[in-house]
Amino acid sequence: MKYVYFLWLLFLFILPISIVFVYSFLEPQIYGGVKWSFSLEAYSYLPRYLALIWRSVWIAGVATLITLVVAVPVAFYIARSKLKNFLLLLTVVPFWTNSLIRIYAWKIVLGNNGLVNQFLGLFGIDPVQFLYNSFAVILVIVYTYLPFAILPLYAAMEKVEDSILEASLDLGASRMYTFIRVLLPNVRAGLLTAFVFVFIPALGSYAIPDLVGGVNSKMIGNEIVRQLLTVRNWPVASAMSNILTLIALLSIIFVMKRGEKR
Amino acid sequence: MKPGRFIKTIVILTMVFFYLPLFIVVLMSFNSAKSPVWSGFTLKWYLELFTREYSVWHAFRNSLIVAIVSSTVSTAIGTLTAIELFWKKSRLENSIWFLTYLPFVVPDVIIGISLLLLFSMFKVQLGLFTITLAHITFSIPYTMMIVHSRLQDFDKSIIEAAYDLGSTDFQVFYRVIIPNLVPGIVAAFLLAFTLSIDDFVITFFVAGPGSTTLPIQIYSMIRFGISPTVNAISTFMIAGTILIGFVLRRFVRYIF
Repeated sequence: MKYVYFLWLLFLFILPISIVFVYSFLEPQIYGGVKWSFSLEAYSYLPRYLALIWRSVWIAGVATLITLVVAVPVAFYIARSKLKNFLLLLTVVPFWTNSLIRIYAWKIVLGNNGLVNQFLGLFGIDPVQFLYNSFAVILVIVYTYLPFAILPLYAAMEKVEDSILEASLDLGASRMYTFIRVLLPNVRAGLLTAFVFVFIPALGSYAIPDLVGGVNSKMIGNEIVRQLLTVRNWPVASAMSNILTLIALLSIIFVMKRGEKR
Repeated sequence: MKPGRFIKTIVILTMVFFYLPLFIVVLMSFNSAKSPVWSGFTLKWYLELFTREYSVWHAFRNSLIVAIVSSTVSTAIGTLTAIELFWKKSRLENSIWFLTYLPFVVPDVIIGISLLLLFSMFKVQLGLFTITLAHITFSIPYTMMIVHSRLQDFDKSIIEAAYDLGSTDFQVFYRVIIPNLVPGIVAAFLLAFTLSIDDFVITFFVAGPGSTTLPIQIYSMIRFGISPTVNAISTFMIAGTILIGFVLRRFVRYIF
C-alpha cells in the first residue's frame, strides 16, 4: 500500500505542482490554456505586482505576529491549568468550525449595522466602516489561525520544567523577565512551528481577503484566482503561484536556520 | 511559576474572542429581522431552510458523499502505509516522509489551481469525482501521520510474542496490530471527514457545475446577498462541530 500512497502523492501532488511550474514559462492562449512555446512573458508582469506581493507579506506578517503574541500566554496558561483538557477542547472547537462560517460571523459583528456599530450607536457614534480593509483581513486571519498557533506552543510549554522558571524567580528575576528570557527560549521550537503554521496559510489566504477585504487589501491568492478564472491568463497565474510557493519555502528555510542556531 | 492575573485576563479575552462571533451567528438565526438588529424571536429561517432551500440540501448531500468516500479511502491508504513503514524498513521511507510533509507547506490556493490544471490537461470532467480525488490527496498525509504517531506507542514485543506463538503475518496484522490501532484509525477517519466537509478553497477549483458542496454553497450565499438562512445552516454546522469535538476528545491526543 505504501506504493499506492507514494504514487498517489506523486501524481496528484508533485505532478500538478510541476505543471504549474512549467506553465509559467509558456505563452497564454486567449481563453485560458497555454501554447507550448517557451516564454518569460508571465514573469515580466511581476514588477507591477510588487506592491501586491509586499502587501500580502505585510498583512500575513502582522497577523502572524499578533497571533503569536496572543498564543504564547494562552498556551502557557493551558499547559499549567488543571482544566487542561477542557481548555484544549475549547481551543480546538473553533478550529474545527467551518472557516467560511467564521469569516461570515465577523461580517455580522463588524458590518455597518453590525453588533459593534449598534453598540457604538448607543453612545451617539456614527457607524464606522470596519470591514473591507486591511484591518478586517488581519483580524479575521488572527481569528482563523490562532488555534494553529496555540496547539504547537502548548505542546512545547508542557515540556518546560517548572523548576527552571522557579530558579529564575528565586535568583531575583521579575516574572516578565523570566517569561521572556527563560520560558520563550525554551519553547523556541514551538514558536517556530507556530510561525510556519500561521504565516504560510495566512500568506496564501483567498477566502478571507475575498469576503472581508476591500480593493486595497487584496492578497496574492486573490490575484492568482483572478488571473486564472477571470483574465484567463494561465501562465501569469502560474508565475504568481510560483512566487507564492517561493516565499513560503524561503520563510520555512529562514525559520529552520534560526532553529538550528541554538 | 503560576500564571498571573494578566495572563488569565488574556485567556478569558481569547475565549470570548473565539466564541462571541459564533454565539452571535446562532443568536441571529432566531432573529426575525433580516438585518443584525434584534427584533424578536422566530423560527422562520429554519422553516425556510427545511422547506425551500433545495440547493442547500443538494450541496449537503454532495458534501456527505465526498466526505465519506474520501475519508474512507484516505484512512485505508494512510493506515496501511503507516503500518508498512512501521513493520519493515523501506528504501522509499525518506521519499515518503518528504511527500508527507510537503503538502503542509504549500498554500491551499496552489494545491487547488495545480489540480485544476492537471485535470484540464488530462481532460478529466470536473465534478464529484475530481473533488473526491482532491480531498483524498490533502487528507492522506494527515491520516498517515496520525496512525504513524499512534504506532510510536506500540510495543513491538507483542508482535514478536504473536510470531513466537505461531501466528502468520496476516494474523499478526489482523488480530494484533489493527485492534490496537482502532483509536488512531477512528481519529484519522474523523479528521479526514472534517477536513473534507470543511474544505472550501481546494474544492472551489475542482468543482464542476452541479457538484456544489456545502462550503461552496455557503460561500455563494455569503458573497451574493445574505439571507438569514445562512445563520440557520451555520448554527447546525457549529452544533455538529461541537458534537464531533466531544467525540474526538477521546482520541484528540493522536491528532496533536
